[in-house]
Amino acid sequence: MSFNIITGITHKMKKTIITVVGKDTVGIIAKVCTYLAENQVNVEDISQTIVQGYFNMMMIVDTELSEKPFSEMVTDLENLGIEIGVRIRCQREDIFTNMHRI
Amino acid sequence: MVNIIEVNETNKMIEQEKLDVRTITLGISLLDCCDSDLDALNQKIYHKITRLAKNLVSTGREIEREYGIPIVNRRISVTPVALVAGNACKSSGDFVSVAKTLDKAAADTGVNFIGGYSSIVSKGMTPTDERLICSIPLALSSTERVCSSVNIGSTKTGINMDAVKLMGEIIRDTAEATKDNNSLGCAKLVVLCNAPDDNPFMAGAFHGVSEADAVINVGVSGPGVVKHAIEGVRGENFEVLCETVKKTAFKVTRVGQLVAQVASERLAIPFGIVDLSLAPTPSVGDSVAEILEEMGLESVGAPGTTAALALLNDQVKKGGVMASSFVGGLSGAFIPVSEDQGMIDAVNRGSLTLEKLEAMTCVCSVGLDMIAIPGNTPASTISGIIADEAAIGMINQKTTAVRLIPVIGKDVGDMVEFGGLLGYAPVQQVNKFSCSDFINRGGRIPPPIHSFRN
Repeated sequence: MSFNIITGITHKMKKTIITVVGKDTVGIIAKVCTYLAENQVNVEDISQTIVQGYFNMMMIVDTELSEKPFSEMVTDLENLGIEIGVRIRCQREDIFTNMHRI
Repeated sequence: MVNIIEVNETNKMIEQEKLDVRTITLGISLLDCCDSDLDALNQKIYHKITRLAKNLVSTGREIEREYGIPIVNRRISVTPVALVAGNACKSSGDFVSVAKTLDKAAADTGVNFIGGYSSIVSKGMTPTDERLICSIPLALSSTERVCSSVNIGSTKTGINMDAVKLMGEIIRDTAEATKDNNSLGCAKLVVLCNAPDDNPFMAGAFHGVSEADAVINVGVSGPGVVKHAIEGVRGENFEVLCETVKKTAFKVTRVGQLVAQVASERLAIPFGIVDLSLAPTPSVGDSVAEILEEMGLESVGAPGTTAALALLNDQVKKGGVMASSFVGGLSGAFIPVSEDQGMIDAVNRGSLTLEKLEAMTCVCSVGLDMIAIPGNTPASTISGIIADEAAIGMINQKTTAVRLIPVIGKDVGDMVEFGGLLGYAPVQQVNKFSCSDFINRGGRIPPPIHSFRN
């Protein structure tokens, strides 16, 4: 007798939003993008503003090709933020689209 | 595609305005655990809960990380134990063993509360119901995570005044049994009228008999978000105020709906409902009282408070129903005293009394919640308060609840600490005049005329 064993559940890959907020300094984007490139994460869109010396960036990225588990990426980026002295959040896009789109 | 302004708005709600999902509650039916042998019953209950809830806590954490939204509690509700354990439990002591099993299952799955040590006696009590109810003081004093509730009335059945009388005594006994811990047992015991089957919030959560084998129910929160939103419309008319609350409630509920769907998918357990409640916590900026004050009241309890709460409750529902495919549970604004810093301040200031709180419960989603009263309050007075709340629920076709804590050894003005989300509260004055002859009559109060709709 054979059993079908479920070994994993694949989620339809959706976009991921990375936000960086903090005091402006040299090389913030470079460091974030280096990390993303090393992990096969494709950047699709970047918007950025600086308000009163505060850096505020949002990236829309695609993590489909990345082998890194999502929650690890969240932790890595948080730690990278602490290193640079900014707050980096990495969240699945749905939370924003669900809240702001009907 | 989302833009930077929307993304920042959401993250600001989470980081500065304390937006969170208050609870993912896994409802589990225990009806298939029935057995006439007590040990077998306990084993079946333990195995079913731990099997279904095995991944509840880890999945909650995963969702929290991936979406960046705090999920404060993961909880379990089960079929009212009186329905499941009647055959095996010949004494109150037998029932306590089931409470201990629930407690162990909760501890082993890592949830902070498990609800459903309950009985539904809206019209009458079976001997089993009575045994369970009589076991509540010991059950709550010998367990840590078990929550108990008793439904003593409904619009359809009227009010079971025998049960109301008994519950006044049980609340007092529970207070005595846990007096070394500020009578904390009473914080885990709620008396309800028109209790919903799918409430994800403690202490009144149980998994009703109308439910499937297992369901995921989610309770959202967000008083801080609503307060911040209405700060932006200070001085504007009521139309603008209502519109603002409604839009904000929509956004908050959408997050709850998303979390519920993702949790349901990952746990492979059907999604039940989203409960739209605005649930405060004792931390500053997470208060329903502050919303009411932001609307223009000097302090909660001032004239206008009931109208302000009615407006808030209604707009939260209107925004929420559009955001979720299934809305249920209590859905409205919660007004617990000890869990809401603004309410605590109002009581200390002398603006908020028990009588005003009772009036407020006519227009919001719950009842007299987490209110500390003097330890020497007679059982019949507690029963009288329960009867008043039940009458409000019965006549207005809404859920009402009473979670009073007669703190043994404390009197009006003393401060009582319950810890964590349960917060702290000043002991409040209770009307000193007796209602014991009324309560001692016994029997039932018949349902109102508008309940006959067939």
